[in-house]
Amino acid sequence: MALCREPVARQTRLNLDFVTPTASPIVSFRSVSCRVGQKDILRNLSFDVEAGETLVLLGRSGSGKTTVLKLVNGLLLPSEGTVLVEGTPTTAWDPIRLRRHIGYVIQEAGLFPHLTVAGNVGLVPRLEGRPQQEIHRRVAGLLTQVELHPAEFDHRYPRELSGGQRQRVGVARALAADPPLLLFDEPFGALDPITRVELQRQFLALRRDLGKTAIFVTHDVREALLLATRVGLVHQGRLEVLTTPSEFLRAQGDEVRAFLACLDAKGDV
Amino acid sequence: MQPGLMSELLELTLEHVGLVSVAMAIATATAIPAGILLTRREALRRWVLGFANIMQTVPSLALFGFLIPLPFIGGIGKHTAIVALVLYALLPILQNTLAGILGVDRAVRESAIAMGMTGRQLLWLVELPLAARTILAGVRVATVITIGTATIAAAIGGGGLGVFIFRGLASVDTTQILAGAAPAALIALAADKGLSWVEQKFWPG
Repeated sequence: MALCREPVARQTRLNLDFVTPTASPIVSFRSVSCRVGQKDILRNLSFDVEAGETLVLLGRSGSGKTTVLKLVNGLLLPSEGTVLVEGTPTTAWDPIRLRRHIGYVIQEAGLFPHLTVAGNVGLVPRLEGRPQQEIHRRVAGLLTQVELHPAEFDHRYPRELSGGQRQRVGVARALAADPPLLLFDEPFGALDPITRVELQRQFLALRRDLGKTAIFVTHDVREALLLATRVGLVHQGRLEVLTTPSEFLRAQGDEVRAFLACLDAKGDV
Repeated sequence: MQPGLMSELLELTLEHVGLVSVAMAIATATAIPAGILLTRREALRRWVLGFANIMQTVPSLALFGFLIPLPFIGGIGKHTAIVALVLYALLPILQNTLAGILGVDRAVRESAIAMGMTGRQLLWLVELPLAARTILAGVRVATVITIGTATIAAAIGGGGLGVFIFRGLASVDTTQILAGAAPAALIALAADKGLSWVEQKFWPG
């Protein structure tokens, strides 16, 4: 079996502008397996993500859920099967174009410490060669959208921000190129419970306003049930359950029960 | 003080600074790109660092001596001295370039790649700015070492402040030794302070 590998940078740019089917799913996994070394990270995953929905992948640490995200934006290529983004296999996308087409938010935001908030948020438009003035307007608009006052925050450095503010900047940065699809890798995992609830509320508001498609990875079952239009349970590299939040509460299986037990055990939020 | 010592002092100081400047320019222009390349070629890293390490351990007087019989780069004079000085200056710059770039936070690097940066953009917009301070510290250390080591250049006809030191040693003349050693130490101190200032000024933290 071929190994799950990082894509080789390609010099040629494929023109894929013509591939914009409207009815087909934004993301589609077809019998995808991912193997690194001797270890099967993902086994035979198949699912679709339709436009506008928020698929939350729930799972323990090491269950393989982050690998799913990396397969979507081409940080990894599948060992077997096909990952389609807007109908085109990730192997056929130019990796650079694919990634600029997808917003990515990770835990601790991964902000560039040597750039200001404005520099971070405006980076992708800058890479795309947008005019300075347009970038400036866009940054101000995005910061307002994530409830950070532009005049107060745009010149600050990431180290001068709280964890919650950093994460907001991370979301603004992911939205900068107006991508149709956003990936969230446990973005709120390192935040205190109060800030986390605030940002979850904001996530729902943004989704209502922008209507973006999102794949959201978390190990917090509450977060999953709150944010998801569909919940996928990833366990030992397999997608065990894929259903709506209300159906998930009635789903069968040891791993589902283990997660649902957290709901009863934790009364803090 | 003997007559003519002042003018000779000035001349040899300039020669010394010239030796160091040329050697550092070559070493920096070699070691930084080599360091960047080594961050991308793990297999090569061990070999190149090993070579630079060995160069560092050869006693400096011996290294100057070893170079003399070599064709093209050897012989008596300035160019041999510069080759030896470059070999000494490589390691600190190489090591700090590697440490600076490899030390960039994984999450930062990953989000740069995930947002669609090309390899070149990752290097110029993220890795080099974040590693700059560490790299400059390597250049500073190498400069200070080179200023001291350059006094030995006189042993193979390279000139510089070492001329005073070797002449003073031969004639058991402390004034002559000091006339070489003291300015060399002062230049080293000034270079250290100057480059520290640049580090602080442009990369505070």
